[in-house]
Amino acid sequence: MTADLAPGKSERPNGPRRPRKNATHSSTSLRSIARAYVGRVRGGELGALPAVLGLIVLCAFFSVLRPVFLSDLNFANLLTQGAGSIAIAMGLVFVLLLGEIDLSAGYASGVCAAVLAILLTDHGWPWYGAVGAAILTGTVIGLLLGGLVAKVGIPSFVVTLAAFLGFQGIVLMLLKEGTNISIQDDTILAVANNNLSPALGWVLLALSVAGYAAIQLRRNRNRARRGLTTAPPALLAIRIGSLAVLGAAAVQVLNQERSRNIIVDSLKGVPIVVPVIVVLLVVSTFVLQRTSFGLHFYAVGGNAEAARRAGINVAGIRIAAFVICSSLAAVGGIIAASRGNSVDPNTGGSNVLLLAVGAAVIGGTSLFGGRGRAVDAVLGGMVVAVIQNGMGLMGYSSGVKYAVTGSVLLVAAGVDALSRRRSALR
Amino acid sequence: MTATATPIVQLRGIDKSFGPVQVLHDVSFDIRPGEVTALVGDNGAGKSTLVKCIGGIHPIDGGAYLFEDEQVHVHSPRDAAALGVEIVYQDLALCDNLDIVQNMFLGREKRRGLVLDDATMEEMAAKTLDGLSVRTVTSIRQQVASLSGGQRQTVAIAKAVLWNSKVVILDEPTAALGVAQTAQVLELVRRLADNGIAVVLISHNMNDVFAVSDRIAALYLGRMAAQVKASDVTYSQVVELITSGRSGDLGLATANGVTL
Repeated sequence: MTADLAPGKSERPNGPRRPRKNATHSSTSLRSIARAYVGRVRGGELGALPAVLGLIVLCAFFSVLRPVFLSDLNFANLLTQGAGSIAIAMGLVFVLLLGEIDLSAGYASGVCAAVLAILLTDHGWPWYGAVGAAILTGTVIGLLLGGLVAKVGIPSFVVTLAAFLGFQGIVLMLLKEGTNISIQDDTILAVANNNLSPALGWVLLALSVAGYAAIQLRRNRNRARRGLTTAPPALLAIRIGSLAVLGAAAVQVLNQERSRNIIVDSLKGVPIVVPVIVVLLVVSTFVLQRTSFGLHFYAVGGNAEAARRAGINVAGIRIAAFVICSSLAAVGGIIAASRGNSVDPNTGGSNVLLLAVGAAVIGGTSLFGGRGRAVDAVLGGMVVAVIQNGMGLMGYSSGVKYAVTGSVLLVAAGVDALSRRRSALR
Repeated sequence: MTATATPIVQLRGIDKSFGPVQVLHDVSFDIRPGEVTALVGDNGAGKSTLVKCIGGIHPIDGGAYLFEDEQVHVHSPRDAAALGVEIVYQDLALCDNLDIVQNMFLGREKRRGLVLDDATMEEMAAKTLDGLSVRTVTSIRQQVASLSGGQRQTVAIAKAVLWNSKVVILDEPTAALGVAQTAQVLELVRRLADNGIAVVLISHNMNDVFAVSDRIAALYLGRMAAQVKASDVTYSQVVELITSGRSGDLGLATANGVTL
């Protein structure tokens, strides 16, 4: 690729005059978009491709070996199993975008879950008060970690490694040396254990698809009016159509009766965690893609010095990343507490953090900063959940599950490093 | 070429020290609109320090900074940007992972309410690139990582002129470029001046300096050896000014009397 400046008025009067490239003022064709995408993938920008392919391959693999994997009940299980680490992973995306790491996110979620359980069960707080306090705890944790990284200048690896140990201790102290606190609040329990009514599931899906279509069409019309490039109508139709079809398929499956004994209890509908995750996804995506605040995460992760010279408050963005990460970890902790019906010293411990980091990286968020999206957490989180769930169904021990999940994380990080090298070589 | 234009920036008797080391001694420097002023000097002569003083990164210790005949106090890059002074650094300060438009507006994004106003930014970026007759990039939505060195330099320069800047300072814009790309960037530098912008070009390359400059200012060991019209001096005179601080009648009175 060479830079061709068209000849100026006095210089090179006989130089070849290139026709004005008109690409910026028309609707680009579907084919050129597809070609550009292939070019990006070849150049090392894999995006969500590995996660989507991995998801398809894993699902096919497990459903052949264990047909029960494809059952309605298991599909719902998969979603509720994955939800907690997806929430934590979504927060980690913000930190990873800066090229930092938060190793304490797992136990931060444990601390917040413990705060929730103590306030609910021991102090009889209403659920909204306890949830608010838990998320506030996450925010304070994030301020502390972010301040130590951005203002004091300790590497995030060390700060959060220390916090990893420290929070583990705080959970133990909060729970009086390892007792477990059960949760009786119906609203909190409903989050991971109850379902939307089938009708409500359809209504929410219809609203989501309509909202997505309205935003896409409006943006395209706005751009066309101003003579800027627009996505071809076919691409819009594919995007909106695939959201509608996949969403409808998921709602249809989840609306099937999945109770073993229908007389005792009916079990059908979309689990309540699903709309919770969708709301987190929409808000995070909006912040990252459509606001200057979100753009500054990419700028700081891409070139912190350039961001500083552009007048961006780099320390502020660093602190904000840790605050968002720990606050979303608190949400993850609440989901975990709801799913477990209780909080114990192991909530947010063992492999929670690794699964969340794995989810973000498998989804396509770079460990080197500057690349990543909120949807990566959801896609990668589903891959991780499928591995955990599928291997459980096949009867493997936890040992094998850990080893395999660790290997998948390593492979994803390897793909990340190689694709980075590839795009640097270009 | 408006040789008689009054300087937009006038520095008078600038001193600057870093701790015990005095880097700039009594430096005077004029920058005129519509002209390319080349700032030359050996390594360590104080070119970068002088430019950073103009850009507000280093506060000056003594002397006067006049902008459009008014004394101003520039304490930060923001102050300089408010006056219309932009510096394009050698290392470009672009984010590889952002596209051209995002880089040009970085830190000064146009918004509508809470939301980025991408359409307006794209229009303004396209207009600026058109105004500089830049037709090299296929899409202004392409990532900077995919651009060549010359294209990156073009983006960095376009970023500097986007804000109706009056003074654009380029720190070695051609240092890392090949022959063809150097020619393209120099054309762009010339076009900036022809559009009425006051351009300062820092360069080690005498061919570049003579190709585009109207005036040449030579720094020698932190002192301004001479500021002359490019047409009045020869190549070898400029080299002498750079290496010994004087050349015939030009330059410092006693080259050997200079102490650091």
